[in-house]
Amino acid sequence: MPGLKQKGIALYHWLDRRLGFVKPITEAAEHPIPASSASWWYVFGSAASVILMLQVVTGILLALVYTPTARDAWNSLNFLNHGLTLGWFLRALHGWGSDFMIAIVLIHMTQVFMFGAYKFPRELTWIVGVFLLLLTLGMAFTGQVLRFDQDAYWGLGIGASIMGRVPWIGGWLVHFMLGGPIIGATTFSRFFALHVFIIPGILIVLVGVHVWMVLRLGINEWPMPGRLVRRSTYLKEYEAEIHKDGVPFVPDAAWKDVMFSAVIILAIMACAIFFGPVGPSGPPDPTIIQTAPKPDVAFLWIYAIFALAPPHLETALLLIAPIAVICVMLGLPLYAGEGEKHWSRRPVAVLMVCVIAVSLAILTSLGEHPPWSPVMDAWSADPVQPKYLKDRTPLERRGAVVFQQMQCRNCHSLDGVGGKRGPELNRVATQMTESQLIRQVLQGSGNMPAYGSALSPQETTALVRFLETLNGNQMPARNLARPLAEGTPLAEPRQGSKE
Amino acid sequence: MKNPLKDLIKNPIVENPMNEPSEHSRRKFLFKVALLLNGAVGAVLAVPVFGYLFGPFFRKNSSYNNWVSVGNLEQFPPGETRLGKYRNPTGTPADGQTRTLPCWVRHIANNQFQVFAINCAHMDCPVHWFPQSELFMCPCHGGVYYQDGAVAAGPPPRGLFQYKYRIVGNQLLIWAGELPTLSTEASLARPGCSSCQG
Repeated sequence: MPGLKQKGIALYHWLDRRLGFVKPITEAAEHPIPASSASWWYVFGSAASVILMLQVVTGILLALVYTPTARDAWNSLNFLNHGLTLGWFLRALHGWGSDFMIAIVLIHMTQVFMFGAYKFPRELTWIVGVFLLLLTLGMAFTGQVLRFDQDAYWGLGIGASIMGRVPWIGGWLVHFMLGGPIIGATTFSRFFALHVFIIPGILIVLVGVHVWMVLRLGINEWPMPGRLVRRSTYLKEYEAEIHKDGVPFVPDAAWKDVMFSAVIILAIMACAIFFGPVGPSGPPDPTIIQTAPKPDVAFLWIYAIFALAPPHLETALLLIAPIAVICVMLGLPLYAGEGEKHWSRRPVAVLMVCVIAVSLAILTSLGEHPPWSPVMDAWSADPVQPKYLKDRTPLERRGAVVFQQMQCRNCHSLDGVGGKRGPELNRVATQMTESQLIRQVLQGSGNMPAYGSALSPQETTALVRFLETLNGNQMPARNLARPLAEGTPLAEPRQGSKE
Repeated sequence: MKNPLKDLIKNPIVENPMNEPSEHSRRKFLFKVALLLNGAVGAVLAVPVFGYLFGPFFRKNSSYNNWVSVGNLEQFPPGETRLGKYRNPTGTPADGQTRTLPCWVRHIANNQFQVFAINCAHMDCPVHWFPQSELFMCPCHGGVYYQDGAVAAGPPPRGLFQYKYRIVGNQLLIWAGELPTLSTEASLARPGCSSCQG
């Protein structure tokens, strides 16, 4: 139908004469890039922006149903999960999209760092990127609050307690963060506004600026060892390179971006289908205290640092370290804006990436199964195995009862079952003599509370006798000083009852 | 008929003598005045916005607190520590479940009480009371407290936060309404500080 085709072309011209979009968009799409940059290593930035679009769309779709109040949010999440066709899938897409977003942004940042792409003239692109990372993490934290369950409630408490450690203005900051003196409706509304209006607004503007600078300054060329960046010559060299063997971004490089984005979206969909949405866990009722609050994966490493940092350094670490890390990241391109780009000539950079990646991985995995948290129900849920009770005296069996009843098991394990806060007790009597064990139980030390007031002398004796039966065939610990002082031969068995 | 728009396209403004810089000074001046006016309007507008946003900064902490009941005295037998519940005095129905808050009430003897905040002094996680071992344990980072709220083990920088209390008739009242953190303590009382006990 030639008539229709002509009309279509006429409409296109009518629109473009008024909008004028086609020319600048075509120019931007076909702008020349170094042939070496049409690489699979350069696909992460575009993937992050595609995930952002997915997050915006799924976020708006969720907002059609989600009730943003402290009173009703939890119920509406359950309605989304169970009462609405495919509501669970939309929640899962948004939740997994968030995890993928953080992962892709971190990979993108690592790639840019390793390829030296933050150097002249792309310093500001990196600096804006650092803010984009912080905003992404801000979206993850505020999103976790909007999943208004037990973890969200106590997570807000943790946030407030960090604010409360700021000297002088701590109290004000707590009130400012919570929108009042205590976690409630205004706190929730505040985080809703942050998650839905404030952070996404800034995020979208900064993504625009970031992409604009990528187009304006050109995509970083593949680094070559020994090819140094100099402010005086770089722009000419880059210009020469794209003249010599430049290729148009679309389609020579863009096909990889588009392909990778499709794979990532498919992966998010697969995770959403197979693993489903996260939570909500228990209702946000603070009087239900049977909970062990834990943050989402992206923040587990911070949770681990809280537990592992020496207590006297904690406040300083909490308040100074984040600011220092952000300043270092922002200052990096200003300090190292010139010089070598290739990773093989930047051993410190490679080492830093390795150390940071390994540290984050270790801290996250520790946070996943936190050894520092007491297992609150171990004393009633993990029984003492029969083998530790067979052929034992009544006193030793009573010790086993004391061991369970006094919640020792919440922090100490037997055969690896129980809390990991304190040492496993299977071999404790091979390391401490009876009198040392009694002293440790009664007075405590370090991370162990003193049981002096909670235990009767009989209970203490029974407990220690029970602990002494756990080491199987191994010899118990002995106090060598005592027989020497008393002039008795070392080989003689210990006279524990005299102590 | 003469079309003024076409004329303008044919003879762009560059050729217009009105555009000479010397002729521009009055418009430039007016534009600057307009900008200044906008700045002034913006500054005036910022006052209520600032007040709205930072109002909580300037409120006295004590104005949030009030005497609220945690229950009848019979709920808290002497020698025991039990979970008490109270309503946030500044709460509204929009708070939903977050409006009712827990605390630990220790009845020492003869109507002598200690009322502890549920929040661990380390990171505000909810502490659990174990009557057998007479310890409060925190599920987050392993903070442990003795029955009087003093730190027994772990990372907490101080003992459990305590509320001031008083007995009116058959009711145990506490002075509450604020999330206790290191900067916004539930009361002035610290374990072992007899002079500042509520």
